[in-house]
Amino acid sequence: MAIRTEPFILNMGPQHPSTHGVLRLRVTLDGEVVTDVELVMGYLHRGIEKLGENRTYAQIIPLTDRLDYVASMTNNFAYVLAVEKLAGIEVPERAEYLRIIMAEMMRIANHLMAVGFFLNDLGAMMTPVLYMWREREKLLDLFEMVCGQRLTYNYMRIGGVSHDIPEEFLPALKRFVAEMPGFIDEYDRLLSQNEVLLARTKGVGILPKDTAINTAASGPVLRASDVKWDIRRADPYSIYDRFDFEIPVGTVGDCYDRYWVRMQEMRQSVRILEQAIAQLPEGEACAKVPQLLRPPVGEVYGHIEAPKGELGFHLVSDNSIAPYRFHIRAPTLINMTALKDMAIGWKVADLIIILGSIDVCLGEIDR
Amino acid sequence: MTKALNGEEVAKKIAKKFPGSIAAADKAAVVVTSKSLYQVAEFLKNTRTLDFDYLTNLTAVDYTDYFEVVYHLISLRHNHSVVLKARCYDRDKPAVPSVVSLWRAADFQEREAYDLMGIIFEGHPNLKRLLLWEGFVGHPLRRDYL
Repeated sequence: MAIRTEPFILNMGPQHPSTHGVLRLRVTLDGEVVTDVELVMGYLHRGIEKLGENRTYAQIIPLTDRLDYVASMTNNFAYVLAVEKLAGIEVPERAEYLRIIMAEMMRIANHLMAVGFFLNDLGAMMTPVLYMWREREKLLDLFEMVCGQRLTYNYMRIGGVSHDIPEEFLPALKRFVAEMPGFIDEYDRLLSQNEVLLARTKGVGILPKDTAINTAASGPVLRASDVKWDIRRADPYSIYDRFDFEIPVGTVGDCYDRYWVRMQEMRQSVRILEQAIAQLPEGEACAKVPQLLRPPVGEVYGHIEAPKGELGFHLVSDNSIAPYRFHIRAPTLINMTALKDMAIGWKVADLIIILGSIDVCLGEIDR
Repeated sequence: MTKALNGEEVAKKIAKKFPGSIAAADKAAVVVTSKSLYQVAEFLKNTRTLDFDYLTNLTAVDYTDYFEVVYHLISLRHNHSVVLKARCYDRDKPAVPSVVSLWRAADFQEREAYDLMGIIFEGHPNLKRLLLWEGFVGHPLRRDYL
């Protein structure tokens, strides 16, 4: 006699540690195998786009901190670049370098957290993540030195940065840059050939190249699927065309490749930091920009390669002090489109690491 | 550097293939009629010289007289970009065809524009609110929502 079975629906989240915030996944299961995933989001929706339309251009900068709060420096960066493009503001040379330094430090800090928590999701409870946090802590100390904050920096300004770096910043950063490759080697020795990591991630959650492009995946998720697309190279913004760095790409687009791409990107960020420190010129840290900026009528879409992918701001100006329309293209929201493709056919435990390998931040998804 | 294609030139190519589909065009963007949006999008995606395979950003703007749906398209192969727009004048039921079957990237972004701006994307496989809850009344990003 055949046993009657029916699909089982499991709500993962919103209060669940593996969802990296308040994401809810409505998972349909056949036994332990995932047959469908539906994303339910919005638990952290604060209406940042609407708030932005009622604030001046400068007042929006702290709002952007609260998007991807793990990498708020790059959020600031993307926003001020978009406003500068809209208003045609020139940025002093020194400020450009300081921004690049902050953005690459932020990329390392973000990837440390992404890789650390990815291993946490694998079940390597807290050990790898604490190794990673040892270095992230040094970066947060550096950020605290320049702007007094450890999470929501609010450091960049339209036309430059809020203030120049203190004296003790560069020696500490140089020490970090000298030490960091050794630490990445240490993570590599600890993790990259680890049998459990390989068994759990190799071939798991494959995102094929054409699906990655069609779903507009970006950042490490896209590059892990063997697409050499990095906005720093493809559409250089700020002064990225002056630096020499490589774009690591994966081969098949599985969870391991996404892990591996992040590890390699940290090495490249260290390279950029070395060059930026060597070339850092003297000068002003911020251009003179009117407090109540009124950009000319028009619209602009500015995008950067944030640690999690393409972060874009679409601004429409009607020549008033507040943007007429303020839209955020959040990388993780769009990277999540392909989650279903990656997860179907895998087990619940794999779904958790697939989600971890995308590197989600709910502040950015829900806005 | 991603080359931003001249909207007027792209519009000429589109007009040759689909007469009457262009509503307006300038250097920065091509505005098409909402009726012909889908076939123009298909043309932009599948023409070899254009090859817009990557829909990077989709959003909507409320200009009070009309809504404008904005598509930022990139071709990863040719590294060029274009801005495609469609306008809807019906305030009660602004509708444009969905492009999810061309670019799945539009899935969440169209749902977001529906949720916050109230644009109806005809043919979307699962058009429901993305960020706000199901019982929510109104579309907060409209200019007349206070």
